[in-house]
Amino acid sequence: MLKKLSNIGDCGIVCDFGDEVSQKINTEVIKLFHYVRRQTSDRNLEGILNCTPSYNKLIINFDLKKINATKILDFLKSINFSELNLSQNKKEWTIPICYDFEMDLGNMSKVLKIDKDEIINIHSKTVFFIYMIGFVPGHPFMGDLDSKLFLNRLKTPRVKIAAGSVGIVEKFCNIYPYESPGGWNIIGKTPTKLFNKNDNNKPCLLSPGDTVRFKSISKKEFENLDNEQ
Amino acid sequence: MNNNFFEVLRSGINTTFQDKGRFGMQHLGVAPSGCMDHKLFLIANALVSNDEKEGVLEFAYQGPLLKLTKGKTKFAITGNVLFQIINSKNETINGECNRSYDLDEGDQIDILATRQSAYGYLSVEGGFDVEPFCNSVSTLVRANIGPNEGKKINIKNKIPLKTNRKEKNNYTAKVSLEKKNVIRVLKGPQFDYFSESSKKEFFSKEYKITNLTDRMGMRLEGKVLKNIVNTNIRSEGITKGAIQVPADGQPIVLLTDHPTIGGYPKIANVISADYDLLIQKIPGTKISFKSVELKKAEKAFKLYCEDIKKTLDTKSVL
Repeated sequence: MLKKLSNIGDCGIVCDFGDEVSQKINTEVIKLFHYVRRQTSDRNLEGILNCTPSYNKLIINFDLKKINATKILDFLKSINFSELNLSQNKKEWTIPICYDFEMDLGNMSKVLKIDKDEIINIHSKTVFFIYMIGFVPGHPFMGDLDSKLFLNRLKTPRVKIAAGSVGIVEKFCNIYPYESPGGWNIIGKTPTKLFNKNDNNKPCLLSPGDTVRFKSISKKEFENLDNEQ
Repeated sequence: MNNNFFEVLRSGINTTFQDKGRFGMQHLGVAPSGCMDHKLFLIANALVSNDEKEGVLEFAYQGPLLKLTKGKTKFAITGNVLFQIINSKNETINGECNRSYDLDEGDQIDILATRQSAYGYLSVEGGFDVEPFCNSVSTLVRANIGPNEGKKINIKNKIPLKTNRKEKNNYTAKVSLEKKNVIRVLKGPQFDYFSESSKKEFFSKEYKITNLTDRMGMRLEGKVLKNIVNTNIRSEGITKGAIQVPADGQPIVLLTDHPTIGGYPKIANVISADYDLLIQKIPGTKISFKSVELKKAEKAFKLYCEDIKKTLDTKSVL
């Protein structure tokens, strides 16, 4: 539930849902996110520039020329939170993954004392929830992995991780949209492009609140899919 | 369709296409970007009679050397900028800021330097003919988003123009540039994470702007701010002008190309009315922060908007 409303600067509002990182709390954040966006697109709420959900907060940034903190706080206080819902905005994705591109399964298997195949099995059976997208365009932070697979970041982050690499840390799983440095445990790679700069209408495939399942594919299938794009 | 274009003979240090910014995408990991100095951006467009949404070229410190290889245009440069116009007969004219000029085929604009300021703007009549992405021509270099494949302008690039010169008159405007080094802020969401003495020192000591300053952030150097609660918080959405303090206790002001989410405590947030003033400060400048309340910040923003309107009203034919 919404715990606290406050301003950040003169053109931002923080909706704080408490300290916990759970799908339950994040779902509340995302429901409000969708509601504010819908009110904005329906022109019931003017001047909203950005609406950024994270694990336990929603930050609303606005154009001070058109609206102010007091009006947004009044709007937020008038919402009946129990009536907000998520289902109509939520998409369920199946994303192909080729586990042959793993870089850390051997080490993970040793540390966790779980068979490589079992790690893959657990990962591919998990329905991941997208808590938030950010840091770089299209980059999803997803959870929750089975606690059996909880691992820390690599002690020394890699200088270069290929675009499409899928990594896990603690209960989270992410996909690197671009080639970049990174410290996550890499278990595979997807040919799916998460952010398309040539698509003006829907450049980003995923959205906060969507769910993702990974479907294991062979190297051959990976190459075919990769070549199609 | 015309084939008018500038050729880039020197790129400058950080020359990018920018406009008001790209909004509604922060939840997808795309920061707003856009012009650092909103006031100078609006004036640049007004002087060449453009719509206020038109894209311009933003430059920092040393600007570009551009040759109008084909066509005729009208341009304006805003800010505190040293520049020259070199015509096709090789005659050099020292340029004046905040007015428009005619530019003929073969003429060059040499933007030498910004004076005691960081950013300046070049607008052309009708605008640059570059492809918008999600309703904006702002460049976000960090994510390679925007015109020119999301990159800074480079030598030998061709910069196409939308139109040929149509307007007969040239215009000037009286632009006042503020000089004060006191930046007004609102206390941040984690203000109480800092020790009592740090809270006092943040508002009483000076902070020096370091060289580690760009469109994304401004790193400051000064009295270490002691966090007594937690030097990390859960990642949350970032607001422009937020002053975050990582574990080393030295504040960083997050600017126009800020990350979309971040997990450092924020001691304060620069008020919207003082943002342009802050980003024009150059490394080495010592600034200090003054705490104001929300109502005062909103009032200051109203005055800031009125000042822009007054400045635009001074536009007159040369």
